[in-house]
Amino acid sequence: MTASETPATPVIELRGIDKSFGPVQVLHDVAFSAYPGEVTALVGDNGAGKSTLVKCMGGIHPIDSGELLFEGAPVNVHSPRDAAALGIEIVYQDLALCDNLDIVQNMFLGREKKSGIILDEFSMEELAAKTLAGLSVRTVKSVRQQVSSLSGGQRQTVAIAKAVLWNSKVVILDEPTAALGVAQTQQVLELVRRLADRGLSVVLISHNMNDVFAVSDRIAALYLGRMAAQVKTSDVTHAQVVELITAGRSGDLGLVGTNGNGAKA
Amino acid sequence: MSAVASKAPVEKKSTGSPLAGMANDYIGKLRAGDMGALPATLALVALCVGFWIAQPVFMSERNFANLFTQGAAGAVIAMGLIFVLLLGEIDLSAGFASGVSAGVLAVVMTNHGWPWYAAIAVAIVTGLFIGLCIGTIVVKLGIPSFVVTLAAFMALQGVALKIMNNGTIISVKDKTVLGIANKNVPPAVGWVLFAVLVAGFAFIEIRKARTRISRGLANRGMTVAYVRIIGLAIILGFAVFVLNGERSQNPTFASLKGMPYVVPLIGVLLIVWTFVLNRTTFGRHIYAVGGNQEAARRAGINVDKIKVLAFVICSAMAAIGGIIAASRANSVDPNTGGSDVLLKAVGAAVIGGTSLFGGRGRIIDAVLGGAVVAVIDNGMGLMGYSAGTKAIVTGSVLLLAAGVDALSRKRALPGR
Repeated sequence: MTASETPATPVIELRGIDKSFGPVQVLHDVAFSAYPGEVTALVGDNGAGKSTLVKCMGGIHPIDSGELLFEGAPVNVHSPRDAAALGIEIVYQDLALCDNLDIVQNMFLGREKKSGIILDEFSMEELAAKTLAGLSVRTVKSVRQQVSSLSGGQRQTVAIAKAVLWNSKVVILDEPTAALGVAQTQQVLELVRRLADRGLSVVLISHNMNDVFAVSDRIAALYLGRMAAQVKTSDVTHAQVVELITAGRSGDLGLVGTNGNGAKA
Repeated sequence: MSAVASKAPVEKKSTGSPLAGMANDYIGKLRAGDMGALPATLALVALCVGFWIAQPVFMSERNFANLFTQGAAGAVIAMGLIFVLLLGEIDLSAGFASGVSAGVLAVVMTNHGWPWYAAIAVAIVTGLFIGLCIGTIVVKLGIPSFVVTLAAFMALQGVALKIMNNGTIISVKDKTVLGIANKNVPPAVGWVLFAVLVAGFAFIEIRKARTRISRGLANRGMTVAYVRIIGLAIILGFAVFVLNGERSQNPTFASLKGMPYVVPLIGVLLIVWTFVLNRTTFGRHIYAVGGNQEAARRAGINVDKIKVLAFVICSAMAAIGGIIAASRANSVDPNTGGSDVLLKAVGAAVIGGTSLFGGRGRIIDAVLGGAVVAVIDNGMGLMGYSAGTKAIVTGSVLLLAAGVDALSRKRALPGR
């Protein structure tokens, strides 16, 4: 763990986020921040609101109230395009790639390079290959392979490379290792660490405590739609994080403690 | 493999000769479940050889030209359908969309005396409008395209009847429109078209291969480009040669040679739509939406717009198909575009290798599959089989093609 002491400003910061779907309030007054060069793990039980929180950052769900600050300045994110313009990219667990397209086509999907009206395949292929090489990805044979022929780990790699391609500042990974085997999980985690070491801010949603402790610098634990605690990974133990996830509190950490958001337990 | 390390941009070959590499790539693709044009091409060759042996007249110049005019309307409708099929949707109304458009053409030309160009324009606009309506309903109301186009199928059948005063046959007399399916390109012009096409293809292929080499991208060298150019030249040259042969039974009385005008028309449509699908953002997004709609949406693609446009293209192409059908039949009646026109067009696309599950298909599939359907129809007709037998065989071939599609899909997605 190389978490340096208090990095300047968070790249992305949420304050007092409320979000309801109809009568169900999913997020209550949530605060969250992620710093450059760090992996921030976002943990919580099923239904704690992790995905909703991430989708609010990605512009997929509008927030009901609260503030979204990007590099210290308040911003409005109304669509995935707004988020992408700021440099926020979300890598979804699934639903991210088109099986019938190749790696290059997937990486540039929706943002194809063109010369005139014609797709500039050469530039896209060069850039895709360069990005994969920059991430030290050696598992992919050819960037013109169809995604349907790739393994789960390779798919996840392509999805992450796609997010990095756009000089993004925040990369949010939704359960990137959930469907992977041991070796592939290791590869993806190494890639996640490399992203942060390149100065990106990485938000990692995960259920797997081993993964969280292996790569993260900070941990943010959601409990029933409330932010239970945001702590440095080096300051907490495995058991404490599990308690935060399951009970919302652990000793002096948690919702009634000093690091909570003042919500009633 | 030699272990020569050179700093200059050289041809990066994987293993062995470039042609072996090309073959390897192809076999790899087949193994991955992407059968492409192979089944349709094999079927076409087998059918042609079979009919040739059974009925030598099948391979006569006259019959060869006939095949094109017989299959043209269906192939053009199938081209349009491929856009919709690529999205995993279906358009059951394309047949009657072609009928209604042909009806509009005939009515404004014959009953109102419009010039041919205005009539053709109105017919195509009719197709565009039908597609816009269908696409908008599918997208905005979220009704499955199967149901929307089934409704349109029935309604358009009624519209065709209304336009043609409950069943009158309207003859088409305009020389230009009749010429589409009934007149031939002068043989010399045919050869010029051939030369232009091969030269254009050669230019694009060579430039592509050169750029890949000079920019250091994975490539198989120039040989593959040359092989592809020569292959195209041989196939096209053979077709032009046969179509330019004399096919009049009494040449001194009336000479009949050259390719029918529908052949270059299909060629142009094939090139234009292939370009759109392979080289433009719109085409890329069609494949993306067909492959994974949610991924496309999250990539910021306007899925609704893509869908509406696909239905618009489909119905507009159906209108062009209707115009060809009107030209070939010299008339339009309420059953133009009815009976099995739509089903054969869908069949042609699927036989050609377009997947009904979306995401996979090319425009050339419509031509290949259309050729298979036309050859079965024509060849079995020559052999004296009844319409019933022909329909059973066509149906079996379609089932076979859909089976190949389903199986290759299973193969392509292991463990899913």
